[in-house]
Amino acid sequence: MTFVQENHQDDIVRMKGLTKAFGAHLVLKGVDLTVRRGEASFIIGPSGSGKSTLLRCVNSLETYNDGELWVEDYLVGAEKRGDAWYEARPRVTAARRARIGMVFQRFNLFPNMTALDNVTSGLRMVLGQGRREAEDRGRELLDRVGLLDRAGAYPAQLSGGQQQRVAIARAIAARPSLILFDEPTSALDPELVGEVLAVMRDLVREGMTMMVVTHEIQFAEEVGDTVHFIDGGRVAESGTPADVIRASRNARTSEFLARIR
Amino acid sequence: MKTANTGLRIHRRLAPRLANAALAALALIVVLGMAEIVIGSGRIRWNIIVEYLFAPAVLNGVAMTLMLTLVSLLGSMMLGTILAAMRISRNRVLETIASAYVWFFRGTPVLVQVVFWFNLGLFLPQVTIGSLSLPINSLVTPTTAALLGLLLNVSAFMCEVIRGGLIAVDNGQTEAALSIGMTPTRALLRIVLPQAVRVIVPAAGNLAIDLLKATSLVYVIGTREILGTTQSIASQTFYVIEMLIVASLWYLFLVSIASFGQSRLETYLARGLSTAGRELPRANLG
Ligand SMILES: Nc1ncnc2c1ncn2[C@@H]1O[C@H](COP(=O)(O)OP(=O)(O)OP(=O)(O)O)[C@@H](O)[C@H]1O
Ligand SMILES: [Mg+2]
Repeated sequence: MTFVQENHQDDIVRMKGLTKAFGAHLVLKGVDLTVRRGEASFIIGPSGSGKSTLLRCVNSLETYNDGELWVEDYLVGAEKRGDAWYEARPRVTAARRARIGMVFQRFNLFPNMTALDNVTSGLRMVLGQGRREAEDRGRELLDRVGLLDRAGAYPAQLSGGQQQRVAIARAIAARPSLILFDEPTSALDPELVGEVLAVMRDLVREGMTMMVVTHEIQFAEEVGDTVHFIDGGRVAESGTPADVIRASRNARTSEFLARIR
Repeated sequence: MKTANTGLRIHRRLAPRLANAALAALALIVVLGMAEIVIGSGRIRWNIIVEYLFAPAVLNGVAMTLMLTLVSLLGSMMLGTILAAMRISRNRVLETIASAYVWFFRGTPVLVQVVFWFNLGLFLPQVTIGSLSLPINSLVTPTTAALLGLLLNVSAFMCEVIRGGLIAVDNGQTEAALSIGMTPTRALLRIVLPQAVRVIVPAAGNLAIDLLKATSLVYVIGTREILGTTQSIASQTFYVIEMLIVASLWYLFLVSIASFGQSRLETYLARGLSTAGRELPRANLG
């Protein structure tokens, strides 16, 4: 296999003809999509269109079948030896994942650890930091998401919104170069959505690079740099929120937006 | 019962309490009757039981039983964890090897396995490691054969117990662990396994108690554990019933300790979690 070109300097993620099938079910049918450094990139689209799958390919929680997926300077799922790319070894993949944060719809906090231990888990168990150093950073992060006073609480003792804020703190603890959000507010009661979006808004302001799958169209419009509308396993439309959300010329996009508003 | 606020009274029902008292009385009569048959026969020499309960030979048997149980248990935890990880892995070769292991060692009686290891010398008289050649019979003593048989057998069951615990942990936990940069092996050991322990402990505790009693089987190859020791004393002294009672008392005592430890461990593991202190619904039998 030969690859057309490697990743451009300013691009942190570049997909070219990305294809993914579960068995005979083709989910991604050739996705072309680029995320620049410092960009808040929003992915919207109907249920089952492949948004989660797309996001999960970026940090190898799913493998892809065809096309190219570049993150920073590497081809996802492969490592370079000499001039050739070989299947990536598990610890190479793990080291790459440590540079990418991920926030899940269902939080996925470790239930047997306190909020602070959750936040510092990567620092201690992956980066091998000492407890003191990790906890100093952990408290700083909990403070940023407004939960310093709940440092000793277990996930079961926190509300959904608080759990998701702890999960965000965990995702950014190791100063990743990219964060993936998969419907971070979909599992929350409506009155708790705002506190999570507020934390995300702060991250956007700090220039964090992020890919966000969401149904919060208003939020995407407010803070997004780019919006990609995914439909039937393809990118149907890409552009600024103004282009895609306010003035879409794509019939499918308009129809989708009308339906969820 | 009288409510504090309003003085409204709810009267107790008598019928279920009477039925309960009658049942207790019946149970007591059965137990006393059986005791009368055993003790009243005058055939049991109680002083013999007292004399042998703490005899050095019997205590050595107890130590041997404990050793067999603990070594097999610890070994099976390690081997069982490895087998369970193999069974849930996506690697088809590893999965098949572990499944075949479980199929074989769970599918044949432990006694057959123990006797097999003890007679290994029959078809494999020598083992050669490099230039060293050893007769099998010097390696396979009654103790090593018993250990090998018990450990390999209980590992198959332990594998299934541990696997049940691992798959009870939500897959989101593994994904979260991977997303912070853990390798799959580390995610399994550091994140999934500690959460699986709460599911594993009750079943593993039952397995440990079964194992403790199953060690008595190995007396057939001449291992000197509790049953082997007491049987050999019985065959020399003809205190058959007394020695069986001595053995039973020791098993009851050891199993009681194990059960106590198990319930303490379960309480400890439940701390701080949302299910802590949650009682299982009790069947209402009146
Ligand atoms: N592990 C899997 N095995 C088989 N099919 C899968 C798997 N994961 C996802 N799919 C299928 O792939 C398709 C796309 O799923 P995906 O979760 O990416 O959609 P989505 O756009 O995130 O939808 P939603 O908005 O409901 O989260 C769906 O039809 C789904 O059933
Ligand atoms: Mg999804």
